Amino acid sequence: MMKVEAVIQPSRFESVKEALREAGVEGMTVTEVRGHGRQKGHTEVYRGREYTVDLLPKIKVELVIPDRLVDTVVNTILKSAKTGKIGDGKIFLTRVEEAVRIRNEERGENAL
Amino acid sequence: MSRALLQCSLAVITALGALPVWAQQPSVSAATPAPASSSLTTAKPEVPKEVSEKLESLEQKVAAAQSSGDNAWMLMSAAMVLLMTGPGLALFYGGLVRRKNTLAIMMQSFAMMGLITVLWATVGYSLCFGGSGPVIGDFAHAFLRGVGVAPNPDYAATIPQLTFMIYQLMFAVITPALITGATAERMKFSGTVLFMTLWFFLVYAPLAHMVWGKGGLLNANGGRIPCLDFAGGTVVHITSGVSALVCALYMGKRLGFPKQPMPPHSLVLSFIGACLLWVGWFGFNAGSALAAGGLASSAFVATHFGAAGAAFSWSAAEWIRNGKASALGAISGAVAGLVAITPAAGFVAPMPALAIGLVAGVCCYLMVTKVKAVFAYDDALDAFGVHGAGGTVGALLTGVFAQSVINPIFGPENGVGALDRHWGQVGNQLVGIGIAWGLALVGTIVSLKITDLLTGFRVSEEHEVQGLDVTQHGEEAYYLEN
Repeated sequence: MMKVEAVIQPSRFESVKEALREAGVEGMTVTEVRGHGRQKGHTEVYRGREYTVDLLPKIKVELVIPDRLVDTVVNTILKSAKTGKIGDGKIFLTRVEEAVRIRNEERGENAL
Repeated sequence: MSRALLQCSLAVITALGALPVWAQQPSVSAATPAPASSSLTTAKPEVPKEVSEKLESLEQKVAAAQSSGDNAWMLMSAAMVLLMTGPGLALFYGGLVRRKNTLAIMMQSFAMMGLITVLWATVGYSLCFGGSGPVIGDFAHAFLRGVGVAPNPDYAATIPQLTFMIYQLMFAVITPALITGATAERMKFSGTVLFMTLWFFLVYAPLAHMVWGKGGLLNANGGRIPCLDFAGGTVVHITSGVSALVCALYMGKRLGFPKQPMPPHSLVLSFIGACLLWVGWFGFNAGSALAAGGLASSAFVATHFGAAGAAFSWSAAEWIRNGKASALGAISGAVAGLVAITPAAGFVAPMPALAIGLVAGVCCYLMVTKVKAVFAYDDALDAFGVHGAGGTVGALLTGVFAQSVINPIFGPENGVGALDRHWGQVGNQLVGIGIAWGLALVGTIVSLKITDLLTGFRVSEEHEVQGLDVTQHGEEAYYLEN
């Protein structure tokens, strides 16, 4: 089982969600985050004083999926989240030891 | 280079805009017309008893009708001025602070609504408006003795004294609340309560009596140095603004200021608060006519034009300097204009009111951006920059633009301000401004010292970092998990 963590532009989220649903992914956890890679922030002015806001709003989508779906999911996210500009985000993959469904205590891939 | 040129042009345009003022001839006088003199001369014919009784009854009914209109307006105005404190100022300040301090700043305004009312009802009203001393009132009306439905002809002959008393109370409530803008995010609540109590007696009551009280030294009606302050430019704004500066300097900067950016947590709240202030200010200024006649209309219009002029000029100045006009700048500008027009509202014509607004907007903008940066004091929410500076500018310009045709306060034959060639009035305004500044400075320092000794003034570093809502009041403004 693999965890897919994708930090994407908020404006691309609806497309990514739709595309994942069409690809057969049945669960996800979504959080609003702030961050940056190489993307520069912007300046705001408060009472005549300028300051830089370099933490930009992003959406983080987390999925835990069976190994056989990893390539499909990564390609789906790439296609739907990409705008071609700096700030598009990143995808990280980590191996998952175990998954448990709380309702009926099922384990393993059956729990996904 | 081009920016400086644009700023110069703005200043020139503002000055040119003030020129028509000199030619301003209001078409309708706002002053109450003198009663028509009787055309009857010699022997009066015998009037039957029923007729004279009927006439007397009619005269009483006319007086009651006038009183009814005046009282309705004044009660409404009192409510509007209270609205300026709660929630107007509470929201305006509340939105400007960081989230962890939202409730604390609102609580400080709200606490004044309770605290000052208690002080007012017991001895406050009497100290401000009782007696006829030059500097302070007396205890004749302590516990509101003698304050009932009957009018007090020294102040407002057509409304119950109860109305006058409650109207003035709302001014006493908002004035200390304004100071909390400078000490925001680091002032103890216990210190606030003690400090404001002392401040009320040492600063507000004496100046209110001097400017508005019978026999007051600076009273426009017969004082030794008649000072024009229609609704409180000196009494409310200069005192609170200067006190704010003293407090800010005394307690020092917030942790992290100025390096750490501390932008407003919700300009939406501030926006709503500012609009409530603008509308409420009609009660503050136009209500100071103490009647529902032409002078109230004149003050209402002047108030609105002052606000609009300053919002316009502050936004323009910001647009020129930063390339963008911010929402915060626009609402701050409006408040600055309202402050500046406060002493002038019932003395100036509409076009000068607009000019006062235009000037105040630019002046306060510069105070809040350039001057504050140069002297590096942490007047957190710009109480001094807007109220202290705006009040001073407004009080000065009142002496320039006041006209007898709007309000013949010095009698039907005498000029009022510089526009009437009564140049000395500007000097009188300076005296009033000086006394307000001086009283505020001394009174605040004494109150600060006593407060620091008894309860402490500033919170500990740990509490400041945690936030005042949770440390002073045991609450959170936004409980996100709920």
